[in-house]
Amino acid sequence: MSFISGFCHIREGRIITSLQDYRIAAGTVEEFLNEGYSRLKVAYPKFYKMDPQSQFGFLASEILLQERSIKQYPPEGISVVLSNSTASLDTDIRFQKSMQAAASPSLFVYTLANIVMGEICIRHGIKGENAFFITPAFDPQLLADYVENVLEQEHVEACVAGWVDVLGEYYDVFLYLAEKKSGMGQVHTAEEIEKLYTQ
Amino acid sequence: MADLKVQIIDALNLKHLKPEDIGDDQPLFMDGLGLDSIDALELIVLLQQKHNTKIANAQEGSKIFMSVRSIADYITANQKN
Repeated sequence: MSFISGFCHIREGRIITSLQDYRIAAGTVEEFLNEGYSRLKVAYPKFYKMDPQSQFGFLASEILLQERSIKQYPPEGISVVLSNSTASLDTDIRFQKSMQAAASPSLFVYTLANIVMGEICIRHGIKGENAFFITPAFDPQLLADYVENVLEQEHVEACVAGWVDVLGEYYDVFLYLAEKKSGMGQVHTAEEIEKLYTQ
Repeated sequence: MADLKVQIIDALNLKHLKPEDIGDDQPLFMDGLGLDSIDALELIVLLQQKHNTKIANAQEGSKIFMSVRSIADYITANQKN
């Protein structure tokens, strides 16, 4: 059995965590991401080179892990399990457009859905198991089952999991932290994940 | 060179920088501006698209992309009109 020790949900201009709930007034996704990044007060210039999906993953994981640190765990003891319905379509479309002039190498490297996990792992020094699922809709049962399996491995202590769905001006990003340690929050079940996602 | 710096910032999404933050002779890679191999590919595209300049010999890349000045010198010497 594991526990949900924190979460961060970003959608429709709103950022919700277990400790805070606020809005960022921004006209476009790009403005929202830039404002969200500047509020983090971190110096990570690579943020500007990421595609929106990775930027959202970075933003959500940064907020989540600022509230609940994972630094006490060894890098190999932390896993990442993410999902979405749009794969990397958001960047695929922009890459396709870039090919009309000259294919952009920096866009091309983001034309895989799981790159967002790499960015999160690089930022937080995570070296555990990674998995990315494409599903038609947010699937708390899938996350609960898979993450629970991952956490059953002896060396795994925590898992950053959730949903990073981004396409054009639409975004719905929900990350949570599941930990083995008891008494860290809600029990990690599909029902509790769904509750946090819909609140 | 100021225009070239603007183009580099735009092409490489260096939004945390202003043109005046980049020295004419500042190294662009490694401990300098910290550019990486993907940035090098974007610079090649930039030279082709904006300056009609191709790098004939890939081995020369590290010298050409040493700094903004070295890029400007290469464009001046090799631009096809």
